[in-house]
Amino acid sequence: MFSKGTKRKFSDGGEEISDESLLGARVASSYSLQRQSLLDMSLIKLQLCHMLVEPNLCRSVLIANTVRQIQEEMTHDGSWHMVTEAFCSAGQSPSERLVATEVLCRSREQDAEPKLFSVISYEGCREEEVVADETLCSVSVSDTVSNVCLAGRMGQCWEKSELSGVERDEEALEDSRLGSGEDEEIDTEDGASTESPKTIGQVFGTFEIKNGSPGPDSALEELFSDVDTSYYDLDTMLTGMQSAPKMGPYDLLDSLAPSHSSPSIVSTPNCRSDLNELDHIMEIIVGS
Amino acid sequence: MDEEIDTRKINNSFLRDHNYATEADIISTVEFNSTGELLATGDKGGRVVVFQREQESKNQPHRRGEYNVYSTFQSHEPEFDYLKSLEIEEKINKIRWLPQQNAAYFLLSTNDKTVKLWKISERDKRPEGYNLKDEEGRIRDPTTITTLRVPVLRPMDLMVEATPRRIFSNAHTYHINSISVNSDYETYMSTDDLRINLWNLEITNRSFNIVDIKPANMEELTEVITAAEFHPNQCNTFVYSSSKGSIRLCDMRTSALCDNHSKLFEEPEDPSNHSFFSEIISSISDVKFSHNGRYLMTRDYLTVKVWDINMESKPLETYQVHDYLRSKLCSLYENDCIFDKFECVWNGTDSVLMTGSYNNFFRMFDRNTKRDVTLEASRENSKPRAILKPRKVCVGGKRRKDEISVDSLDFSKKILHTAWHPNENIIAVAATNNLYIFQDKVN
Repeated sequence: MFSKGTKRKFSDGGEEISDESLLGARVASSYSLQRQSLLDMSLIKLQLCHMLVEPNLCRSVLIANTVRQIQEEMTHDGSWHMVTEAFCSAGQSPSERLVATEVLCRSREQDAEPKLFSVISYEGCREEEVVADETLCSVSVSDTVSNVCLAGRMGQCWEKSELSGVERDEEALEDSRLGSGEDEEIDTEDGASTESPKTIGQVFGTFEIKNGSPGPDSALEELFSDVDTSYYDLDTMLTGMQSAPKMGPYDLLDSLAPSHSSPSIVSTPNCRSDLNELDHIMEIIVGS
Repeated sequence: MDEEIDTRKINNSFLRDHNYATEADIISTVEFNSTGELLATGDKGGRVVVFQREQESKNQPHRRGEYNVYSTFQSHEPEFDYLKSLEIEEKINKIRWLPQQNAAYFLLSTNDKTVKLWKISERDKRPEGYNLKDEEGRIRDPTTITTLRVPVLRPMDLMVEATPRRIFSNAHTYHINSISVNSDYETYMSTDDLRINLWNLEITNRSFNIVDIKPANMEELTEVITAAEFHPNQCNTFVYSSSKGSIRLCDMRTSALCDNHSKLFEEPEDPSNHSFFSEIISSISDVKFSHNGRYLMTRDYLTVKVWDINMESKPLETYQVHDYLRSKLCSLYENDCIFDKFECVWNGTDSVLMTGSYNNFFRMFDRNTKRDVTLEASRENSKPRAILKPRKVCVGGKRRKDEISVDSLDFSKKILHTAWHPNENIIAVAATNNLYIFQDKVN
């Protein structure tokens, strides 16, 4: 039911391991496996909020505290550092994949204890920024060369009607087109409207995407103006991710390639032709 | 202790004929009134059903006051918050009775956002003989009226009507989890995840915020309020519990905003038991003052604790409800059962505690004899007027004949809500959509 993350062993440089320490290592790695699976489970729980009714705040806070606890322990262990490094390095190189859950980091320059919020990394990603709103999912996007914005407000994330049939390639394509840091609207709290806790870096933020970003690339706007943006809603993407063969954030980490190849988006046989086209355009814009 | 079943296994969906459990019928709260004459239940569909105890009659001494349906009404309806595009559930979270002051009964019922004061009154007489209206209520032609008469009251079949007298709304941003009537009988408080508001029962357009634990930056939120209650005698004192396992006692005389507690009840964690779930299982799901006001009872996931109001450092007594679940916490976290909020109740003399568990089990702890018992509320296992048989969960090793093993427990059958009659040994136990009422055996 839950994705199993890649086991992170604290490598101590290939020295000879005796039987006893092997056993110890096994116990330790089994503990870290369990801890990892607990972390994954918790993050998924945080994401899977009830759409129509407000999520239970107490439950969310308790899960978020558990995640924080695990995160702190992993930080002390050093295993967290490896994870964050990996993701930060992804910032330098183009990555096509959506990172499924809300782990991960700000850029390396920021504080030592990485805060948790979700990341959508995509080509040309340099810095991640949190987009926050209320309830449900949170998304982080970078400011990059691309200023494409997507229309539509993320209302409830997990529209059940959109759960089925979203191709992973779409979401991957999606990544490359999320854009523009400047425009992100962070919903300010005003008394009645924000219910959910913005814990651990807006875990519960709703992604708000606006149309029409200012910026030089109005041509881009025109290019994409006729695209049906409902496909590129965050929730379809994420739910598509979920319905796809399960991968934890760390599996994705493994598959992040340092160099992108030129049809950089995963192409699958049933890729839509217009998506391919846009994909190609993206390539050009971002500059392979 | 032995309990005899009264067999009043009242299916809460009595209005319909079917037997299957519809979600709307899941009982979400149970409460006796202050005399024990009435028992109210609220359900997930926003309905309140009130049962009344039969007057004991000499002809049928064995039918010692059974509870029958007295009134049913729809207290809350589902609403839609257009600002946030979210539904507001109609589920009744809590019911609290007001003390009776005249022939009518009053209770407060609340869903996530709105508290309502309901008046339940009887009508058994009807005026007859109007001059201007005929018997069917049609207006008479004035020219046909030749005589005048005084209308008289004639008896009619008893009708019990419930009318909403006050609606207290728009005061809570978060979900209301508790309401508590003050001993001054003029005010009450409503508690949500982050704030507690004080109301006057007569005034619906204004409430006072007395506790606010919302952080300036919601990112820093790590603790929520889980329950709150007024002291039974001191109208200035109340307690509230938190998701981190602490209880704060506040005195409203000290300041208008009681963010600073007068007392903090907290037990330091046992380091040998520490796990990633320690905080979750320490979250307090219910807090209740004893009737005499000297003790507090708190319920967390695995235990019930009794605290002396005067000793904050540790509880007076700790009772294990289902410690065999301690090794299953990960699975219970996965299936969300670890977040179940069990309630707990005192008996009338504050000598026995009761709380629910899984598999339709509920537990009672006698504070004096230190004995405890596990009982089951289910149709299959109890015959009418038979004495409830104590149950036992076996943890490992050999399972004896009547025992049930931990792995066979049904976690979907949970008893979250129970109530104890204020004076007698009568208990009401809500098992999903069934209400069980048990009475003590009297020879």
